Amino acid sequence: MSENILEVNNLKKYFPITKGKEKGLSVKAVDDISFSIKRGETLALVGESGSGKSTTAYNVIGMYSATAGQIIFKDEPISNNIKERPLRLRKEIQMVFQDPGTTLNPRRIVKDILSLPLKIHKLVDKKDPVGQIVRLLEEVELPMEYLFKTPLALGGGERQMLAVARALSTNPDLIVLDEPTSALDVSIQAKIINMLLRLQKDYDLSYLFITLDLSLVRNFATRVAIMYLGKIAEIAPTEIFFSDPEHPYTKMLLSAIPVISEKEEEVKHAKVTPKGEIPSPVNVPKGCSFNTRCPLAFDRCFVEDPVMKEVASDHQVRCHLVEERRQS
Amino acid sequence: MDENIVTIKDLHIGYRTFGGHVKVLNGVNLYVKPGEKVSIVGETGCGKTTTVKAILRILARQAVVTGGEIIFKGEQVLKMNKSQLQHLRGTGVSMIFQDPTSSLNPVFTIGQQMSAVIRYSGHAGATKSKIQEELAIKALQETAMPDPERILQSYPFQLSGGMRQRVSIAMALSTPREMVIADEPTTNLDVTIQDQVLRILKQRVEEKNTSLILITHSLGVARETTDRIYVMYAGNMVETAPTTELFREQYHPYTRALVDCIPRLSGGGVAEGIGGRIPNYLDPPPGCRFAPRCPKAFDRCWQEKPEYVNVGSSHQVACFLYDQSTGDE
Amino acid sequence: MSTNHASTPGITKRDRLEGLKRAWYKFSLNKMSIVGLVIVSLILILGVFQPLIAPYPEHAGAYVNFSAANQPPSSQYILGTDTVGRDILSRIFYAFRGALLMGLGVEAFIIPLGTIVGLIAGYWKEKWFSTALMRVTDIFLAVPPLVLALVVSALMRPTLFNSMMAVSIAWWPMYARMIYGMTSSMRNELFVKSAELLGASKFHILFREILPNCLGQIFTKMTLDMGWVILMGASLSFVGLGEQPPTPALGTMVSDGAKYLPDQWWIAIFPSIAIMVIILGFNFLGDGVKDMLTSEE
Repeated sequence: MSENILEVNNLKKYFPITKGKEKGLSVKAVDDISFSIKRGETLALVGESGSGKSTTAYNVIGMYSATAGQIIFKDEPISNNIKERPLRLRKEIQMVFQDPGTTLNPRRIVKDILSLPLKIHKLVDKKDPVGQIVRLLEEVELPMEYLFKTPLALGGGERQMLAVARALSTNPDLIVLDEPTSALDVSIQAKIINMLLRLQKDYDLSYLFITLDLSLVRNFATRVAIMYLGKIAEIAPTEIFFSDPEHPYTKMLLSAIPVISEKEEEVKHAKVTPKGEIPSPVNVPKGCSFNTRCPLAFDRCFVEDPVMKEVASDHQVRCHLVEERRQS
Repeated sequence: MDENIVTIKDLHIGYRTFGGHVKVLNGVNLYVKPGEKVSIVGETGCGKTTTVKAILRILARQAVVTGGEIIFKGEQVLKMNKSQLQHLRGTGVSMIFQDPTSSLNPVFTIGQQMSAVIRYSGHAGATKSKIQEELAIKALQETAMPDPERILQSYPFQLSGGMRQRVSIAMALSTPREMVIADEPTTNLDVTIQDQVLRILKQRVEEKNTSLILITHSLGVARETTDRIYVMYAGNMVETAPTTELFREQYHPYTRALVDCIPRLSGGGVAEGIGGRIPNYLDPPPGCRFAPRCPKAFDRCWQEKPEYVNVGSSHQVACFLYDQSTGDE
Repeated sequence: MSTNHASTPGITKRDRLEGLKRAWYKFSLNKMSIVGLVIVSLILILGVFQPLIAPYPEHAGAYVNFSAANQPPSSQYILGTDTVGRDILSRIFYAFRGALLMGLGVEAFIIPLGTIVGLIAGYWKEKWFSTALMRVTDIFLAVPPLVLALVVSALMRPTLFNSMMAVSIAWWPMYARMIYGMTSSMRNELFVKSAELLGASKFHILFREILPNCLGQIFTKMTLDMGWVILMGASLSFVGLGEQPPTPALGTMVSDGAKYLPDQWWIAIFPSIAIMVIILGFNFLGDGVKDMLTSEE
């Protein structure tokens, strides 16, 4: 058995445009990306809106069929056609969405929400069905009084805890977390992050963590991948990522984060003032897609798209500069 | 006569709801000096938006002011009549909202909307459409917008979120103002765009020597943009201090917990978070509203409401732990 | 739906009471909805208990008393009598029963039909059968409902049941359209996606996830429509295609009385007012139901 629980190889997801001026073109939401997640680790997939991070997550979870590429889960290629995906995988890969307000049916009570996955996957404890759900609630630190409440009666943080409990109910191996705390206050975020860390240890879970918050990534993830316009720009273990970022986009992202201490300012060693906005994924710039915003772009960046290069063990960067520096 | 642009004294505001009267603001005190950049930091539901909406008198229909006063340049805002209010909103204070998609009207061009703002500002010659256009273009240039003529002809949906928010800033500062209120102006934006928008906002208010109240839930944003910070919890300003001082030392247990909760870019794990929930405003705790969640709460905290105590120059904290009058601690 | 309520006694009961109070608060915010509720309750009571309440219950049938014919409103006959001497008030009370049966019968038939068509067509929007179902719906919607109902009932024997069928045929597409619209937008909601990702059955998704979220709107439309369905039933009976004499029907009473206008005005006017009151009552009530079920406080 390989140490990777999930491998994504050359994944592509294009959305064809069927209406309007740009008809016939397609949105290259995810364009040839590869990464892997080891058992028990957390891979953070970081990017701005439109970077394709959520599309990647939806491919893994089986909400979209991939255009090309391969997804391997526990050494078994899982079909790119979501209709052929066996029910077993829906049990082993779970997802927590960004906004718990929209992922929990407002008209159903907590007990029904939590018992649905158990019923579908025939995991109901016949002797004590209520106790089983109460135990799930306890796992996410919610009181059993909530059994008969609807999500509307819960606070934002509590709803997200409920969403985590639902994901946990089928005893999955991999949980995709799509910005699970971005809609919540920091004091609640802290609680949920700590809970997720505890659950990861208790159940040997692997996480694919989609986020924009690098401060959170620093304290939560094992490895980090930065996405820009459907491609991965840099991927590295968390320590190295923050001590030795290579890609200009990584540096720009780091510079943009509002921080609260001098110690953190030091992490932003090379201040790259952010400028411009992410271009439309329909008209991706020629050459390196970051060239419109890169302060260090030179001739080659406008002609040729760089490829992933390993700069250190486990640390890959997709940038001409890094390549040229190594050659000289 | 005080030299503050705006002073809020012991402001109490509630809302009428099904359950009864929810007491949101519980004696808010705040002041902003000319040219000062102040932020109000607090979590969802603490009353930060209610506070600033009260300054402009744009509260919801169900809101009831039950006490306190708001003084804008020596005038009582809560007693203003319609034309005084219009003057206040037209020339005194302008507001930038969280979501520019809903604060900009989708059926008018940016140019039409900016002209309207300028027309009601009472600026010299502002009724002439040529001057309006010039001022609008100038304002857009000042917010580093490329190709302002084209933007004036655009409709809001043709611009990206970051551009729309910059248009809002340009609009708010197209004519001279005493004060700008920005309510979570960057919450919906990506970090790299947030950085640009905040830099432009800061630069523009500094150039024009306009006062700024920035509402945010992010201490990081507050630290990088403003001179002084108010920390708000459940309808009270629990602590205020100049930015650098606040991050050097937090006095109020809530501020301390809040700062601890923020994940650091330099690592070190995530703090436990704050136990419990914000109080139910229908029946809030009679004393300090943070008492039920406070690790250091003692008897007095449950009975009396703490008033501001000076703990440094312009560093004030509403907490009995630092109240010398009783001799505790 | 949920079974084991007994395990945590008290909680649900109190929550439900709280929910009811909140619903009443929202409902009662608009005073007109209370007026509507009172009117509808009265109509219900009068319709159901007509034999006990009406001054002359026997006048509902084939009763003739020419000596009391064409009497204007008086203390004896509050709303007067018709051409064969029957008390109009008693007949109106009795007609309420038919009108309510009409409304409830039609809705009991069209709501399940419209809902199922709408759910299926909305959830599988891209499929051919969805297009087929919705085009059929459109064809029905293209014909004015009253005309359609007239044509259909003209083809059948004139009875109350048949006129219900005729109105139903004209009315169900509106529900199908509404549910179709709601379903086709709701199927993209993340809670539906979540259920799909978990591997839930289509039956579960349609009836347990989507339908409960449509109930508020269905219930509102149902209340608002009651009055209009009754009006259409009355229109059919006005042209003689509904309930047959001697059973009183509001439409028949108006058409009979219309011949004696303006001299014996009470024969036609009072049943007309009764129709108006029914429609107003259900509309006011419907507005309140809408406030109660769909507005956020």
